[in-house]
Amino acid sequence: MTLREPQGKPTDKTTELAVRAADLGKIFAHKTGDVVALTGVDLTVEAGEFVSLIGPSGCGKSTLLRLIADLDPATSGELEVFGKSAHQARLDQDYGIAFQQAGLLPWRTVAGNIDLPLQLHGISRTERAARVAELAELVGLTEFINSYPDQLSGGMQQRVAIARALAERPRLLLMDEPFGALDEMTREYLQSELTRIAAETGAAVVFVTHSIPEAVFLSDRVVVMSPRPGRITDILTIELGDARTEALRESPEYFERVTAVREALHGSPVERANER
Amino acid sequence: MTKRAASILWGILGVLAVMVAWELYKFLGPAEGFVVGAIEGETGSGVMLLPRTNDRAMPHLWEMGARLFQSTSGGDTPPLFVPVITAALTTLGIAAVGWLIGVAVGMVLGVIMQRFRLAEWGLLPWIVVSQTVPLIAFAPLLASIGSQIDRGGFPWPQWLSVAVIASYLAFFPVAIGVLRGLEAPDRNHLDLMRTYAAGYWATLFRLRLPASVPHLLPALRLAAASAVLGAVVAEVSIGMRGGIGRMLIQLAGQASSDPAAPWGPTFGAIALGLVAAGAVALLGFGLKNYRRGEATA
Repeated sequence: MTLREPQGKPTDKTTELAVRAADLGKIFAHKTGDVVALTGVDLTVEAGEFVSLIGPSGCGKSTLLRLIADLDPATSGELEVFGKSAHQARLDQDYGIAFQQAGLLPWRTVAGNIDLPLQLHGISRTERAARVAELAELVGLTEFINSYPDQLSGGMQQRVAIARALAERPRLLLMDEPFGALDEMTREYLQSELTRIAAETGAAVVFVTHSIPEAVFLSDRVVVMSPRPGRITDILTIELGDARTEALRESPEYFERVTAVREALHGSPVERANER
Repeated sequence: MTKRAASILWGILGVLAVMVAWELYKFLGPAEGFVVGAIEGETGSGVMLLPRTNDRAMPHLWEMGARLFQSTSGGDTPPLFVPVITAALTTLGIAAVGWLIGVAVGMVLGVIMQRFRLAEWGLLPWIVVSQTVPLIAFAPLLASIGSQIDRGGFPWPQWLSVAVIASYLAFFPVAIGVLRGLEAPDRNHLDLMRTYAAGYWATLFRLRLPASVPHLLPALRLAAASAVLGAVVAEVSIGMRGGIGRMLIQLAGQASSDPAAPWGPTFGAIALGLVAAGAVALLGFGLKNYRRGEATA
């Protein structure tokens, strides 16, 4: 097995769907009765598109991500990842994934952690070394390549996790609140980094978050979800262009989108006086 | 570094405290002990509340020390510490073989129990029960079974019986430690391996085994102590010559005429335990990268 060529040629963007879900549902069986985690989810993510899933706890946003990742099986409906079943897509390593906890193996160095998926998939030693160096460069950790996770800050650990998710040049990146445990400064910095990395690699991203500004800053589209039962209530197109710079965070257009997402989340216009 | 110095200091203080207590009681306690309810003219009757402190029962520490450098049994025989060291090394070798067998068996059992829930239900109770079988009764039985395996032209040496008995004690903490350790990885890490479509063996070698090291090391240390204990007891029970256990029994039998002598092999046995524990500590040092805790963000 060898690494794919860098993907994301502009021609692919319009023709291929990264994710297609139709009437997708997930029910968890409990002793006390079934819990409907997701119901009637219709969602498409185009190749190269950045889509955020946002909603309160229990709205099923992480469940949806886990279904796409084939970490849990769907109970009903259809789910395709690059035109294949989610299961086949996982076996084919069509996506990379990052969780809220960086989830680095503490006994491996930064290089060793980035190397893990490459090593598991039997890629040659020289090719791996080159790829690891390239990824460390991409996330700005070249000088920490021989450090262990416990020697890194939370933000640096998360950057290693992102590099690891990108190791096999996936065309789809799944991220479950990857910046949720970080402080605000680190968080904003990594958001900018992520938009840059996503643009450079051309990968589609499905990004779970409960931060409205984060969702707006990063996304092409924001999927608003609601609990009991978990479902999609609204999908907003952000249209802030491709250049997501720090200046954007101060712009009126940005605040407008933030308000729009907030109203969609609350289901009604939010009065300014109630804002904190 | 100061923490290390403090722990060394406390260790020395602990040993000193035992030595002081020994000499203090010898100085203050009654020479013939204190017995209640003794019947006149009937030896061994009554209940002894305070042990005897005479030189036969409790030799001075310096006598024990000096005895190590006196000849073993008079005449031209070498000083006592020479046979003590030889015997301790013999036992150490046997205990090491027992430890290796125990670790191998324990790891295989741990891996099987982790892999198959049914195996855990079926095996774990037996593994626990196995440790309640009295070793003294079990050892001669095993030795006699061993001596019957002679037939194939490959004789079953007596020391191998001792090693097997040592392994019988050593495998237990390893089996439990491996089972715990293999189940130690976070849900997160297991999910990650699943997204890589990694199979059972890849997950075992890349994730479960490395993650089990912090659980495994204390188990290996316990196993080392158990292996030494098992080897000493088995030597005595089987009657194997050349080891420290047999030497201890022999010299204890002559204690009334030479009270300081049995303390030689006793110190040898203590040193043996320390060496065994130290060897495992070295192993832990070699595996120190597997004991790093991941700082949470």
